[in-house]
Amino acid sequence: MNASTGKTPILAADGTPLRKSLARSLRQQKLRALMLIAPLLVFIFVAFIMPIVSMLMRSVENDIVSDTLPLTVNALQSWDAQSGELPDEVVYAAFAADIKQAALAKEHTKVGLRLNYEQSGIASLFKKTARAAVKWDIETDGPFKEKLLKIHKNWGNLEIWQALKVHSPEVTSGYFLNAVDMRKTVDGPDWQPEEKQILLVLFKRTLFMSLVITFSCIALGYPVAWLLANLPMRHANMLMILVLLPFWTSLLVRTSAWKVMLQQQGVINEVLVYMGMVADDGRLVLINNEIGTIVAMTHILLPFMILPMYSVMQTIPPSYLRAAKSLGATNWTAFWRVYFPQSVPGIGAGSILVFILAIGYYITPEIVGGTKGVFISNRIAYHIMESLNWGLAAALGTILLLAVLVLYWTYDKIVGIDNVKLGG
Amino acid sequence: MKFNLTVVTAASVSLLAGAALAGSHMASEMTIVSWGGAYSKSQLKAYHEPYSEMTGVTILNDDSSSTAVAKLRAMSEAGNITWDVVDVEAAPAMQLCDEGLAMEIDPDTMLAAAPDGTPAAEDFGDMLVSSCFIPQIVYSTTFGYRTDLVGDKAPDSVCAVFDTATYPGKRSLFGVPINNMEWALLCDGVEKADIYDVLETEEGQAQAFAKLDTIKDDVIWVSAGADTPQLLADGEVVMGATYNGRLFSVIEEQKQPVAMIWDGQVMDLDGWIIPAGLSPERQARALDYIMFATDTQRLADQAKWISYGPARKSSAPLVGKHAELGIEMGPHMPTAPQNLSRAFLMNYDFWADYRDDFDAKFQAWLAK
Repeated sequence: MNASTGKTPILAADGTPLRKSLARSLRQQKLRALMLIAPLLVFIFVAFIMPIVSMLMRSVENDIVSDTLPLTVNALQSWDAQSGELPDEVVYAAFAADIKQAALAKEHTKVGLRLNYEQSGIASLFKKTARAAVKWDIETDGPFKEKLLKIHKNWGNLEIWQALKVHSPEVTSGYFLNAVDMRKTVDGPDWQPEEKQILLVLFKRTLFMSLVITFSCIALGYPVAWLLANLPMRHANMLMILVLLPFWTSLLVRTSAWKVMLQQQGVINEVLVYMGMVADDGRLVLINNEIGTIVAMTHILLPFMILPMYSVMQTIPPSYLRAAKSLGATNWTAFWRVYFPQSVPGIGAGSILVFILAIGYYITPEIVGGTKGVFISNRIAYHIMESLNWGLAAALGTILLLAVLVLYWTYDKIVGIDNVKLGG
Repeated sequence: MKFNLTVVTAASVSLLAGAALAGSHMASEMTIVSWGGAYSKSQLKAYHEPYSEMTGVTILNDDSSSTAVAKLRAMSEAGNITWDVVDVEAAPAMQLCDEGLAMEIDPDTMLAAAPDGTPAAEDFGDMLVSSCFIPQIVYSTTFGYRTDLVGDKAPDSVCAVFDTATYPGKRSLFGVPINNMEWALLCDGVEKADIYDVLETEEGQAQAFAKLDTIKDDVIWVSAGADTPQLLADGEVVMGATYNGRLFSVIEEQKQPVAMIWDGQVMDLDGWIIPAGLSPERQARALDYIMFATDTQRLADQAKWISYGPARKSSAPLVGKHAELGIEMGPHMPTAPQNLSRAFLMNYDFWADYRDDFDAKFQAWLAK
């Protein structure tokens, strides 16, 4: 029998080879499992992946310029933007035809707003020009160079034409450059003027403060999680409720409560002044700065650290510690060499949760962060909701997403993602 | 008797049918977007309730005005606009109009004339800053101060904000360039009429930032209209900028020791837009509502509930007392003659061009 396995395959009851039959039934099982999660997959794809991808695509899309001003984009091809000379009549005439067409279709303001992100003043320049252009006869009314210059002296401004040319391709790196305080120029990528550089500062601040918040959460959460796991059930439950209670309270309420606590006429300062530890005119500035953001966010994110730590610590048998001590370890050695290594997966899970939540946080920094404690997400919100520069917002979001993925990958390399446990 | 009954039934059936027919070209439900809070309440009392009573239309309120521009754009891209009338400030209204997201309004046919027959276009006058925007109220951003913290020298000029020697303590300002740049130049000796010309130049911007530098460490930068009233009430700041209606409520309703500086108030408009691309029934309903809600009497009625000035000239004489406090509202309007004379008008076109540029610079300056 043993000798024959290599040559003649084992047959199943229905006569097909067992290997095939097994594979088929496994495939069927997999298919059934897939069918079961199909609704979820479809939902995730439609409601999560597609919108995110389409939003991220906006960071490179730029077809509005060539769609609205096709003749101009074409005519500008032959113009040397670095020559230091204005384009010739062909380009002006092409632009006149384009802007007239765009004005009739009411598209001119959209492209004006788009280009205004790169060069202030284009929005009103386009509006003004379009108002005059609708009356032009493109065939006979030339030359348009003089006409445009008469409408606004900026049509003689080299920078306007350079901006038009640089931002005419359908796919642009412009938004990504803007997202790291650079800009696209005729001479290639260049830094923004120093007085406009803000986003890199915010990226660095977001990463740094999120790390600080994560470590504060570890420092504060670890003892609490340890108590939760080691106290008698009755006390542990009480403590658990105390951990969960803020978790169930509205985010805004908790953030506003910190305002009451931290402000200069607030509870902490009042107590310190009353106790004479701080002079009345030297009250501590604890809010509307980095401290406010770190304190409030550490408090808000603490449960996300405590709960995974707790569920891991619960599985560490107390007998290990006792065994270590009976073998002569001091309290500290027993903890550090025996207990702590086993609790690391909980710290890892909590840290990933807290860190990823923290770098995307928006509302708490907005309320308690003042100007020194706001994150990159506050700028993303500004560009999504106010300036409507969705391309830049998408580029910022993409960078943030990539940063998280890189950090996740680094974490996997250093600690190992298998070493992360959310429970049991 | 039976005959009579038949006649009556027939008559009422035809009446009902007629009513249904007349109403059929207008939607029977509409969603109105506004700011929420006391402001929405004033609109509910002055506009929504009488309109619903008159027409039987159900009005749904959505307090999304602060994010209206982004949401409208998203709705329009998704091809599913769920809002019928949206309350926005003038600058976003112009932006929506430019993006083709708001419907153009013809004031002569779509807005009610004043009771004396003055056409709407003339009655609103300069307030019609965009072809899509139907102005409703004039509000202003101005300063309030703690009367108990300024000593015996009550500030009377907006430049008190920059005078940290006379008025030590924190002040709160909105963390955006709009208004702050203008006030800085104004208090650095630039004439009101020249401010925007100066701001257009690099030197002018440097001058404004240099002036703001002098108080940078004394400022709490805020983001919401509710922040400054709270900071004033808590005594966190000695003076701060917010909307005049918010200050009215701190002073008159909550009786806090706060007073107002009308000098240098920056006037702005708030009003309606109708999203572009509504179905004909919904658009007809929205226009019908707008015709009603922006007539002379309705605009005057709103001022009974909140201290913002009606955008129509013909409404001003009709402004009466506050509906609950019984205070004469006239003097609390930004448009009252004694307040108006010291006001400063925002240049919308300038900010449409320079907002993004200045905002980046301003945020970079703040982060320094």
